[in-house]
Amino acid sequence: MAEFKAQTPCAGLLPVTVGDLRLTEVVPGRMTSLAPYRGRVAALSEVMQAAHGVAWPEPGRITGQAAARALWFGREMALLIGPDSDESLAAHAALTDQTDAWAVVHLEGRQAAEVLARLCPLDLREAVFAPGHTARTDVAHMAGSVSRLGPQTWQIMVFRSMATTLVHEVEIAMARVAARQNSLM
Amino acid sequence: MRIEGKGLIDRTRPVSFHFDGHSYKGFAGDTLASALLANGVRMVARSFKYHRPRGVMTAGSEEPNALVTVGRGAAQEPNLRATTVEMHEGLWAQSQNRWPTLGLDLLAVNDLAAPFLGAGFYYKTFMWPRAFWERVYEPLIRRAAGLGALSGEAAEDRYERAYAHCDVLVIGAGPAGLMAARAAAEAGADVILAEEDTRLGGRLLAESEEVDGLAGVDWVDEIAAELAAMPNVRIMTRMAVTGVYDGGTYGALERLAPGVAQRPHAPKGCFWRIVARRAVLAAGALERAIAFPNNDRPGVMMAGAVRAYANRWGVAPGQSTVVFGNNDSAHRTVADLQAAGVHVAALIDARPYARSDLDVPFYPGAQVCGTSGRRGLEAVTLATARGEDRIAADCLAISGGWNPTVHLACHMGARPTWDAARQAFLPPENAVPGMRVAGAAAGAFSTRACLESGLVAGAAVAVDLGFRAPDLAAPRGAEASYDIFPLWQVPGKGRAWLDFQNDVTVKDVVQAAAENFRSVEHMKRYTTQGMAPDQGKNSNVAALAVLADATGQGIAETGTTTFRPPYVPVPIAALGAGGKGKGFAPERRTTSHAESIARGAPMIEAGLWYRPSYFPQKGESHWRQSCDREVAMVRGSVGICDVSTLGKIDVQGPDAARFLDFVYTNMFSTLKVGRVRYGLMLREDGHVMDDGTCARMGETHFVMTTTTAAAGQVMRHLEFVSQVLRPEWDVRIVSVTEQWAQFAVAGPQARAVLNGMLEAPIDDAAFPYMACGEVRIGGVAARLFRISFSGEHAYEIAVPARYGAALFGALVKHAEEMGGGAYGLEALNVLRIEKGFITHAEIHGRVTAFDIGMQGMMSAKKDFIGKAAATRPGLMDPERERMVGLKPVGAVKELLAGAHIFDEHAEAVSDNDQGYVTSACFSPTLGHVTGIGFLRRGPERMGERVRVVDHLRKSETVCEVTPLVVFDPEGGRLRG
Repeated sequence: MAEFKAQTPCAGLLPVTVGDLRLTEVVPGRMTSLAPYRGRVAALSEVMQAAHGVAWPEPGRITGQAAARALWFGREMALLIGPDSDESLAAHAALTDQTDAWAVVHLEGRQAAEVLARLCPLDLREAVFAPGHTARTDVAHMAGSVSRLGPQTWQIMVFRSMATTLVHEVEIAMARVAARQNSLM
Repeated sequence: MRIEGKGLIDRTRPVSFHFDGHSYKGFAGDTLASALLANGVRMVARSFKYHRPRGVMTAGSEEPNALVTVGRGAAQEPNLRATTVEMHEGLWAQSQNRWPTLGLDLLAVNDLAAPFLGAGFYYKTFMWPRAFWERVYEPLIRRAAGLGALSGEAAEDRYERAYAHCDVLVIGAGPAGLMAARAAAEAGADVILAEEDTRLGGRLLAESEEVDGLAGVDWVDEIAAELAAMPNVRIMTRMAVTGVYDGGTYGALERLAPGVAQRPHAPKGCFWRIVARRAVLAAGALERAIAFPNNDRPGVMMAGAVRAYANRWGVAPGQSTVVFGNNDSAHRTVADLQAAGVHVAALIDARPYARSDLDVPFYPGAQVCGTSGRRGLEAVTLATARGEDRIAADCLAISGGWNPTVHLACHMGARPTWDAARQAFLPPENAVPGMRVAGAAAGAFSTRACLESGLVAGAAVAVDLGFRAPDLAAPRGAEASYDIFPLWQVPGKGRAWLDFQNDVTVKDVVQAAAENFRSVEHMKRYTTQGMAPDQGKNSNVAALAVLADATGQGIAETGTTTFRPPYVPVPIAALGAGGKGKGFAPERRTTSHAESIARGAPMIEAGLWYRPSYFPQKGESHWRQSCDREVAMVRGSVGICDVSTLGKIDVQGPDAARFLDFVYTNMFSTLKVGRVRYGLMLREDGHVMDDGTCARMGETHFVMTTTTAAAGQVMRHLEFVSQVLRPEWDVRIVSVTEQWAQFAVAGPQARAVLNGMLEAPIDDAAFPYMACGEVRIGGVAARLFRISFSGEHAYEIAVPARYGAALFGALVKHAEEMGGGAYGLEALNVLRIEKGFITHAEIHGRVTAFDIGMQGMMSAKKDFIGKAAATRPGLMDPERERMVGLKPVGAVKELLAGAHIFDEHAEAVSDNDQGYVTSACFSPTLGHVTGIGFLRRGPERMGERVRVVDHLRKSETVCEVTPLVVFDPEGGRLRG
């Protein structure tokens, strides 16, 4: 039979641009949750370094760069984003494919933090939540993940099934923020 | 009328607005109140109870009288204070609480009945006959007395909610707040300066005085510009901090400028949650009135408000003004009005020792004891040592002293303390962790003292946070004496108002005390003093002083009522912003959503998930037709159903098997790799939590499924067990619900459909009932489980979610080629009821394994959660309500879930209750209605006839008790 066609979580919904604010879907290659077994964090971090060039992230932190990132993803859990997880990791952690489980979007723009202030209760001031910081948090009443990738670049993740709601909520917040600023809206 | 050359309004930008159908002109920078006064409109409202003419009394959010409705149609917003409504072109406002018009209010007849409408009137009068209260009295009273009305249309207002974080929140931007913000910011703290007014400055905008040699307003502009240029300062005007909550959290309502709010997509307002490590409360003070007979006529205003209208808005509220006070601020009112060229007819100072150099008729030691005028003030009567005197005046400016705005300092339960020297309640010390109070809110009543205390407070909170003390000196501010003389009420004939908003008089408070409502909290509830939109901002202190006098207690002993949020009224639309319609809860959509919608399937909400109810086909006009067809389709050929919403949990690790043994009642460590087992999970209290299948994918890797409804609860439970009860076990739990799109393929043709699609076909030997394994389909690695929730030969196949839509489409297409197709939740439910399979309709939280006949699944060979409780005699008692099947056998065939079961000839009352129905449907397979219920000693009563009554829906059915599994009880079909 014919090969199945893949569909991304936000297919047909993104990108959206409002003023200088931009919301785009990101298809980040493979995403694997890493849940280290008892006492294996250090060992896991070593094999992660060797295989993918990223260290185990401390709580609330991101390691690595665009090609391979490890995102802190909750208690004793990280999400390896980018490469297929190397087999050597399996000896130290439970690995679970989560590539399809999350809708991943990037929010960019001068006022991106203002948009997030309408969606998420966290303190996102740069001194507190700098590039390389991440949190599991409430995103417009969805359990999500918010990461700061750059001064004005944010990654937001929610369950794949909630992609429509995510785009809807972020779009509204973007429009509200832009309308306050720009009289031409 | 306007005073030429005065005020901060922009005379180059005239605007027109409407009030009660008349068109008027105002200027940018006006409030509705200042513009109405400028146009000579004195009567702007009718009072709450007696419908007395009322005028603007204050110049701020504490306004008790001038409540108006702004906007029309769905955008109509009632009970706005005209003193805070920002002027803009086309503003449309109406007065309230009058019928038919403000000028001719027929309900003013209430005023004549005033002797009967005093405090406690409702409680005493409308007690009898009892039924009349709800039907007659209350609607009448509500019509006659009250506030503005809603439109009745769905509100279209856009509000938003947002969060803000800072080191220091400064509440109020008068001289104290500006200095506090400056000091904290200079020290390096992140500062939010919140000001409820449209611009910074506080009282400096309303007074004519100098700061550091500059006009007050110019000094404000200078410091505002400095603050605006600092990257660590966020200035938020039009932002009223409304409440103080735990952990340094503050609620605040922001109203956007009309020009911004009118833009497409712009919000009208925003409800902020501000988290601040420290706060400085610099909310200023509110001037209070003095109670004397007929002190409520339009034209009677607070002295500070009269100065504000003259200095800030260039408006003289009257042509001839009398000023009455008990402190020095009365004198500056005279000076300001005279400087503006407004005639002052008299200065009446209640202090016998007062002196004045002003060129004005001066009456020390005198009191105003009455007023006259029909729709507005025409004359003032004063009592002096020589007797009474009348002075013609259309404006009376009163100052009874100042009440520090201590509200926010008291939101966490502390009470303010009475200061006899200043005759004022001062904020309690350390009443809110991390908050300091500065300026007039702390009892500093001169500009000099406000500037200094603001600087001290701002520096102190910054140092407290570890910042270096700023090198700042307080600017020179005006020194002002206060010298207050206690005067709360002037005796005399006629009603003397205390609470203008609720029409509460001195007599009402005295009456409350006489009837033994002597505590201030009781007095409040008996008289309604201090309720409604203004929450007694104007009246609380004066009312409790009168109460103190009536009871013979001191003011300090009498104390204040409780201060509660919000400080100013907050629209529910702002609190609930974003929660309307689709914003109420997130929507979870399966990968087959678009295809199901395209096929016309109505969606049903299952928790947050949207699932197809049924898939209507041509000619089907009722859901039952579609449902019956889909059931027959599954029993006869094959059906496809999206089951992705069921919880899927990856359980991995060396201790995974023993972990499952511990959370399930039955054994999982014995399960072979490549096999699936049905499992039952109990709560610690021995009652059923959830059920589902669990597949062993590898030696240390299981995939558990949960019901859709309990997916979150089970995940949480497993985390609890792993983190708290068995932390020593090496097991890792991850939800994979969203990773996999999973579909049931059920029916005699299920395998044929799959074999038409799988890369390697399967057969019974390789894939028997309860087998699982990896397969490939459509070029994708998939997981296949041979499990059944329909009683048919069935599979569930899972692919990574990105391929879900493709797989669903292909499965349905193949099924349709074999006479099958997609089926929805209705058919799924019928199929499982026919088989006696449970859902959360049955395991609703108070049933045991014994109740559902699964006590045999409670392994004797191991411990598991809930075992101790579940095996107690009370939970294994044969008398319990236990699960059975039900079949209507009388003339009535209707069987409703929720109905209760009684013995056939017993009266259907709760004493005779024998159980209840949990699920019911028409079974097209059997050709009759069938149901599931819980019945006392149920399994022992097979064949017995029972009476099933639904009292709510007025339905009664005679049923026979049947075995649970009514279709294919041997289960031959699912082994295929």
